Amino acid sequence: MQIIDLRGVSCPTNFVKAKLALEDLENGEIAQILLDDGEPVKNVPRSLKADGHKLLGLKQTDDGHYILELEKFEE
Amino acid sequence: MSDVKQPKIDLGNLKAGGFIKERGKDLFTVRLRVPGGRMSIPRLKRIAEVAEKFGGEFVHLSVRQSIELININFKDFDAVVEELGEATQKVASCGARVRVPVACGGCEYNPNGLVDTQKSALEVDEKLFGTPTGHHKFKVAFAGCPFDCPKSATNDIGFQGAVYPKLDQEACISCGLCAKSCVPKAIVMGEGNRPVLSDDPCIWCGDCVKVCPTNAWSEAKRGYTVRIGGKWGRNPLVGTLFATFLPEEKVAEFIAAVLEWYKLKAEGLGRIRLGDTIIKEGPQALLDHLRSQFPEYTVAETIAPQVIATQVGIHI
Repeated sequence: MQIIDLRGVSCPTNFVKAKLALEDLENGEIAQILLDDGEPVKNVPRSLKADGHKLLGLKQTDDGHYILELEKFEE
Repeated sequence: MSDVKQPKIDLGNLKAGGFIKERGKDLFTVRLRVPGGRMSIPRLKRIAEVAEKFGGEFVHLSVRQSIELININFKDFDAVVEELGEATQKVASCGARVRVPVACGGCEYNPNGLVDTQKSALEVDEKLFGTPTGHHKFKVAFAGCPFDCPKSATNDIGFQGAVYPKLDQEACISCGLCAKSCVPKAIVMGEGNRPVLSDDPCIWCGDCVKVCPTNAWSEAKRGYTVRIGGKWGRNPLVGTLFATFLPEEKVAEFIAAVLEWYKLKAEGLGRIRLGDTIIKEGPQALLDHLRSQFPEYTVAETIAPQVIATQVGIHI
């Protein structure tokens, strides 16, 4: 599974970096995207969903960041 | 006395047509009609050509999304109108009339947009622009979502796009993205890690619907939140809530109903804005009038437009 660590990266750079990283994956592959609390966890999942990827879940870690799991989908 | 004949100019009529007297001798500002602030590139080019030929060294982008040609000599009015191309670029208005509606970019390309504000602005401009109120100016604005960039409640009628969400429990995967995305914290994760929506803090922004991975959250209702009686200027007022989830196709009809009430109730009150008329008559009078035509969207009760304590001047 691909891990895309976007902690410490602000909006919208985190979203653009996620897009670039997801380009290297095949459709159906699963990725975990690490996001900071606040704006990143509010904005990035929604933008990735709007791009067509399938969001699978969101978990908060003990140290306060978030792991967004998604399945790549691109037409 | 000079024998030179000056063309007779009626300043009142000129103002009605969007020609506004400037400081300089013979010079006027020509306010162009740009509903919703959308300007096609060919029109923009044409305006630039006309401004370069007849105007000063710049144009002004007005607060209400117009392009204003500056330093136009009154003798050039006819040529300016002709060269703008009356069919594609019209001149706006001033005075006691329905003004050009303001709108945000809307839902076509802005990810926050919930309704088509551009379509609403064009429709209202086409149907109601220039309608004389008999009393004072009348401004309308459309915001596509509750973030409300156009500051809708500072207009005589302000429209704000809204979505009421509903949850399909079966489809929910308890991921918590909705609660995380909900800025007013109307959604919290409750028992069994299921989202729970409280009506009170929900501002109908639809972020839960947009983020939900499984479409468990969807739209139960969509339309405009309508606030009436706002204005800015010397004695500002913030408009208050009169209707919720008004369908987009009912907007022009709704404004016409408010105008009808305003024309009637402000009779004899002189140059008075809608908000001050509501304060005089009481908000219930307008609410009842609207309820008779839009019973399913009118709110049960409301309050008068709210005075902002600027601490300068005394409000009527």
